Amino acid sequence: MLPLSLRTNPRLDRWLQFHPDRTVTVRSGKVELGQGIATAIVQIAAEELDVSLDRLQLVAGDTSASPDEWYTAGSQSIEVGGLSMKLVCAEVRQLFLQAAARELEVGVGELQVHDGVIGIPGTDVRTSYWDLAPRVSLARDVTGTAPPKPAAAHEVVGRSAPRRDLAAKLTGAAYVHDMELPGMLHARVLRPPAPTAMLEKFDAAAVRALPGVVVVLVSGNFIGLCAEREEQALKALAAAERAASWKLEAVLPASNEIGEFLHKMPATRSVVHAKEGAGAAVTRIEARYTKPYLAHASIGPSCAVACYESGHLTIWSHTQGPHHLRGQIAAALRMPATDVDVVHRDGPGCYGHNGADDVALDAALLARACGRPVRVQWTRADEFTASPCGSAMIVQLRAGLDAGGRVVDWQHEIWSHTHIKRPGSSEGINLLAAWHMDPPHPVPPPKDTPLPTGGATRNSVPLYDFPRQEVAYNFITDMPLRVSALRTLGAYANIYAIESFMDELAAAAQADPVEFRLRHLSDPRARAVIETVNNLTGNKQKKEAGSFGRGMGFGRYKNMSAWCAVVAEIEVAEKIRVRRVCAAVDAGEVVNPDGLRNQIEGGIVQAISWTLKEAIRWDRERLLSRTWEDYPILKFDEVPAIEVVLLDRPGQPGLGVGECAAGPTGAALANALADALGVRVRDLPLTPERIAKAIS
Amino acid sequence: MEEATKFRVNGVEREVRAEPSTPLLYILRNDLGLKGTRFGCGEGHCGACTVLVDGRPLQSCDTPLWSAAGHDITTVEGLSAGRAPHPIQQAFLDEQAAQCGYCVNGIMMAATALLARNPDPDEAAIAAALDRNLCRCGTHVRILRAIRRAARTLRERARQP
Repeated sequence: MLPLSLRTNPRLDRWLQFHPDRTVTVRSGKVELGQGIATAIVQIAAEELDVSLDRLQLVAGDTSASPDEWYTAGSQSIEVGGLSMKLVCAEVRQLFLQAAARELEVGVGELQVHDGVIGIPGTDVRTSYWDLAPRVSLARDVTGTAPPKPAAAHEVVGRSAPRRDLAAKLTGAAYVHDMELPGMLHARVLRPPAPTAMLEKFDAAAVRALPGVVVVLVSGNFIGLCAEREEQALKALAAAERAASWKLEAVLPASNEIGEFLHKMPATRSVVHAKEGAGAAVTRIEARYTKPYLAHASIGPSCAVACYESGHLTIWSHTQGPHHLRGQIAAALRMPATDVDVVHRDGPGCYGHNGADDVALDAALLARACGRPVRVQWTRADEFTASPCGSAMIVQLRAGLDAGGRVVDWQHEIWSHTHIKRPGSSEGINLLAAWHMDPPHPVPPPKDTPLPTGGATRNSVPLYDFPRQEVAYNFITDMPLRVSALRTLGAYANIYAIESFMDELAAAAQADPVEFRLRHLSDPRARAVIETVNNLTGNKQKKEAGSFGRGMGFGRYKNMSAWCAVVAEIEVAEKIRVRRVCAAVDAGEVVNPDGLRNQIEGGIVQAISWTLKEAIRWDRERLLSRTWEDYPILKFDEVPAIEVVLLDRPGQPGLGVGECAAGPTGAALANALADALGVRVRDLPLTPERIAKAIS
Repeated sequence: MEEATKFRVNGVEREVRAEPSTPLLYILRNDLGLKGTRFGCGEGHCGACTVLVDGRPLQSCDTPLWSAAGHDITTVEGLSAGRAPHPIQQAFLDEQAAQCGYCVNGIMMAATALLARNPDPDEAAIAAALDRNLCRCGTHVRILRAIRRAARTLRERARQP
C-alpha cells in the first residue's frame, strides 16, 4: 500500500516541478523544526532523481502549494514523508527515462542519469529532465510501481550532508519572527492569568490612549494590542495588565505532587492490551512511577505574521501542521477555508504542540481587525503558561518472577490525560483564542490516540517476551492544566517506568540488569543495540565505593520505530552529575548520519533535563512556572560527554529518530542513581531533595 | 518621549529616534534591521539576544537604549561583515552545532567575547562563559566542540604574520 501522504496527495505534480533554469522544486508537507528534515528530504529527492543537491529547492508547508502531509510530528517525517518523496522521485525518474528512450530511440536500460542529464555514457546521445519536461506530463497519479534505487547504489542518502538552513540562521534573519511586511504592526495579547479566568473589567480607553497604539481588540476574554512599534506594544501590554481585572477560581490541584492527586481524578479505565501465557510466579513485586507536567519551553516564544487583504487571509507560522491550522483558523473565524492560506516559516524548536498554532490565530484575528499586516510575538510567560504542556502520568507496574528468575506475569497500569490535543486532531477547535473570543468556540472534549501508536499508552506494551501481559489505561478527561503533544507523548514515562522496573526485577532475581534484559528479548535488533552500547561502556565491574553509578535503558519507539539503548554514567554528591552517556541506535537505513546523531544527542540532553530538573508548578489559581528561573533546564556546565553509535541497516526502511532516545535516557539515569546509592527514586524529576529523602 | 540616541553598531555610526527606555533588542531588530539578534525571554535569562557592548557580552533584551549611547555594539551581522563567515560562525557550521539554531547567535556572541580574552579556554571556562545562555534542542556538546574549534582557528590565525 502507498504511504498515507501519497494516498492523500497522489498527483506527481503536487510534489515536483522542473524549471527551465535546470533546477527542480520538490514540495513536502513535512516542515523544518530544527530537526534537519528539509535537508534529509532534499537528499532523498537528489538520490532518486540523480540531480545534484544544489539544483534542488524545497517548498514545505505552504497550503497553497505543498501536499497535505498531516503534522510534522511523531518521528514520521522520514518514515512517511521521506518514503513518499522517494517513491515520487523514483516514478518521475522512470517516466523521464521512458520518454528519453522513445525520443533518443534507444533502450531504457542503456540510459543513465547524471545530475539531471539523461544519456548513454561516452556518446553524444543525451537529453535531460529539463529538455523533456515540456513533453512529460506529471499531471498524473503516482502508482508506486517504479522501484527506488537499491541501497547499494546510494551516493547521497547515507552520507552526512550539511544542513541547508543553518548558514542563514547563523548570520541574520531566518525565522518567522524576523519577517517584516510593509505597514506591519507589532502586537501582543493579554492572556487570561489562568485557564478559566474570566474578564470582569477592562479599561480599554486607557490603553488606546498610549503612544503608538493603533488597535485594542477586546472580544470576550481575548485582548489584543497592536502598535506601530514593538516597544509600544510591550508598553500597551503592561498597561493592559493593570487595566484588566479577572475573576479567578481555585481550580488547580491542591498538591504539586503527581502521586498525590492524579490517580484520584475521575477516569475511565480500559484494558488496552492483554496476552495470556503460562508460568508460575514465586516472587511478586510492584512499583509506582510518576512523571510531572512538562513544558515544551522553546527558547523562542511563539510568533506569527498575518495579512488580511481583499477577504483573503495569509498567515506565516512555525506550525507543525499548516493544512490543519488553515482549517482550524477558518473555522474559528467562521470563514471558508479557501479564503485562508497558512505558509510555514521556520521557527525555534517546538518539541511538540506549543504555542505556534495559537499565536497564528491571534495574528489572524488582529490582522482582520486592523486591516494591516500584524506580527504577534508571545511573551516568555505566555509560552510557559498559555501553551499546552506535556501530560503528567502515573505508571504502576506489577510483575511475577518464576523460580528461574524469568518474568511470567506483567501488569502495566497508567493514569493520565490525553497526550494529543492538536488543532485538527479531533472535532472542534483547539486554539486558545477561539475559546476566549466572543462568541467563543467550545473547548472540544479530549480524545487520546489508541494503540498501536498510542498517546498516554505509547510504548506501554512491553518489548520483552513476557508470557502474560496486561496494560490498563485510566483515561482522565479533566485537564486542570492545558495539555497536548510533547515530544514522545507517553513513551518517555512508560519506558522510564518499564526500564526502571526491569532493573528492580533484575535485582530481585539477583541477575545482571543487561543479562536480565537479554534473557527476555528475542528480537535480534533489540539485542544488538543493547549489546553494542554495553560493549561501548565496558563490562560492568564492581565499582569502587562511592558515588559512581551506571545504568541502562532500552526502548523501541512506538514499538515499531527506531531501537535505542542508552547507558548513563553518573556521579552523585548532593545532586546528580551526568558524566557520560552512550547510545546505540538502529534506525534502519540512515539518510543523513550526522543529522541523525544530532537528533539523538539532542534527545539525550533534553531527556537529562526533563529527568533531573523539570516540573511545572502551580498554586490553586494559576501556574507558577512563568520564567526560566521558575523552570530551570539543563545548562552548559551540566552536560555530559555523549557518544552515539549508529547501526546502519542499508535496504531496511528508514525510521524516525527524533524521539527514540528520551525514555531510555530517563531510565538509564534512574538506574544509574540506584546503582550509585542503592536507593531508588521513582518520582520524576530526580531532584536533590528527592534523592536526600530516598537515602534517609 | 522619543529622543535621538547615537552609537556605533558593527563599526558604523548610527542614530535612532526612540524612547530612551526601549530595550536595545528592538532597536537593533526593528530600526536597524539586524534580525540575527533573537528575542527569547525579555528578562536577561536565556541569552538568545546577547550582543557585544564594547566587547563585553550583554543581554540586549533588558539593556535600555539610553545605556548604549556612545558605545560600540556588535551583533552577529557584525561578525562576518558581509564577507566569508567569521571563524566562530564557520566553526559552528563545520560542527553542525545547531538544531533549531535560535539560541546559537547569542551563544556565538558570548563565545566571541570569551575567545577575545581567553584564546585557549578549557571546557569549564567555555561552560562558565555560557552560564547565561540556554539551548533547548540539546546541542550543547556540539556547541562546546565548535567553540574549541573556533579557538584553534583563531589561535592559528594569530600566529600567522
